[in-house]
Amino acid sequence: MAEILKVQNLSRHYTLNGTTIKALDEVTLGLEEGRILGVVGESGSGKSTLAKLVMALDRPTSGEVRLDGDNLFDLSPRQLRAARRNFQMVFQDPYSSLDPRQTVEKIIAEPLHLDPDAPKGRARRDRVGELLEDVGLSAADVSRYPHEFSGGQRQRIAIARALITKPRLLVADEATSALDLTVQKQILELILKLRAEHGISVLFITHNIGVVDEICDEVAVMQHGRLVETGPARAVLDSPDKAYTRQLLAAEPTLEVIGRKARRTATR
Amino acid sequence: MMLSIENLRVSFAREHGDPVEVVHGINVTLDKGETLGIVGESGSGKSVLSLATMGLLPRTATASGKILLDGEDILSMSERQLCRVRGRKIGMIFQEPMTALNPSMRVGAQIAEGLRLSQGLSRRAARAEALRLLDMVKIPRAADRIDSFPHEMSGGQRQRVGIAIALALKPELLIADEPTTALDVTVQAEVLDILDELVSELGISLILISHDLGVIARITDRTLVMYRGDEMEQGETEQVLRRPAHAYTRKLISALPNRVRSALETPDG
Repeated sequence: MAEILKVQNLSRHYTLNGTTIKALDEVTLGLEEGRILGVVGESGSGKSTLAKLVMALDRPTSGEVRLDGDNLFDLSPRQLRAARRNFQMVFQDPYSSLDPRQTVEKIIAEPLHLDPDAPKGRARRDRVGELLEDVGLSAADVSRYPHEFSGGQRQRIAIARALITKPRLLVADEATSALDLTVQKQILELILKLRAEHGISVLFITHNIGVVDEICDEVAVMQHGRLVETGPARAVLDSPDKAYTRQLLAAEPTLEVIGRKARRTATR
Repeated sequence: MMLSIENLRVSFAREHGDPVEVVHGINVTLDKGETLGIVGESGSGKSVLSLATMGLLPRTATASGKILLDGEDILSMSERQLCRVRGRKIGMIFQEPMTALNPSMRVGAQIAEGLRLSQGLSRRAARAEALRLLDMVKIPRAADRIDSFPHEMSGGQRQRVGIAIALALKPELLIADEPTTALDVTVQAEVLDILDELVSELGISLILISHDLGVIARITDRTLVMYRGDEMEQGETEQVLRRPAHAYTRKLISALPNRVRSALETPDG
């Protein structure tokens, strides 16, 4: 299958008081059309830097991000704007990522300025309504404001906004981390449904291994700006190659031994 | 019996309209050395319950019922009396160590502050005790770190300083509200181990508030499941997780990633 996203030897270094910090260091990754790639790592692993570069919100020190073969950093500003409708992002915090003074219609339709042929007026409102239904809200919600919605509903609005330009790649940066467990499950199910219906590819950035196991086809494990290992999610999680991956998996809270007395006996 | 919460109700005054009740009659008891987990999603009332127990409810809140700590009711204490309870009888650990610590004060001085104010220790004695506490929470090379500022430490180290402050006055009860939620998993595991070890060694009772069933399972003897201010169920943690009695607990467990949940189905691991 065709690779929609190809990250090639991507680096982002910062120089601070004469010392160089390698936030991202020679990372190479590929994502095939219609697949979900999880990028997992702890703070400082470079996963959010990677997301920013894939979204062309920052420029790399070296390396390439190819979307459908084109290196984003070779495009002219005009070409980049046109390309942007093909990749959209969902952020972590649905309370700060939606403008509180805009109606849901305005929020969701906002990315349409990237598309000169975008529907206007009535047709635009209908398109927003369809998307709201798609993400499990109601078309009647168009004229409401963000504060009228719960965190999970807001994240659905953020997803609808990301989908309006019919992107081929969705970048989700900790998109379920601020949500309650039962709401997280609903959002994960929504992402799987959207993939099934629209064939969208997803770069899913998270610190949560359980979530990777739940929805990702492939996984890339990162640490200190470097790629530790990558492969099919099931294979990497079941039999990790690298010591760091094993350490990460071992630290994950499990329910194998419950209660502190039981745990004492088990570890003895 | 050390802590006994009886029919606790908490409501908040609103600018317009009647007060809104957010905790609807919770009963909890906790013995010396016991650990209780309180689990629930946002809006479950778990944090309001812990604030009430510390006597830290905001002015707009009204509480009824009883919160008896060694027989004395927290809810009927004056601020003066509460000041003698907080820190000395009840220690508290907060979620975000960067905001809970004073950014402009060296960590050693922050640990020593309570010791000097409430135990009247000399500057030198308080510093020695602060160093001992930093060692106890396993800050590596504690003597070199005692004069660090919070921003010079990692998140995990900052939370260990938070634990050291909470334990400084040797409280009987420790309340930890999402103490590891802001931390990476590998750091979370270390901090939970330290917390578990100290609570057991010192015979302290612990109330651990968390949205994470994995954290609750790791460290608590008993668990209270809350939803929208009500108790859903309460019991031995193992019972609650393996044989949930309430539909909400089952819903919570079914929302866990498969990977975590699957362990519940094979009790032998």
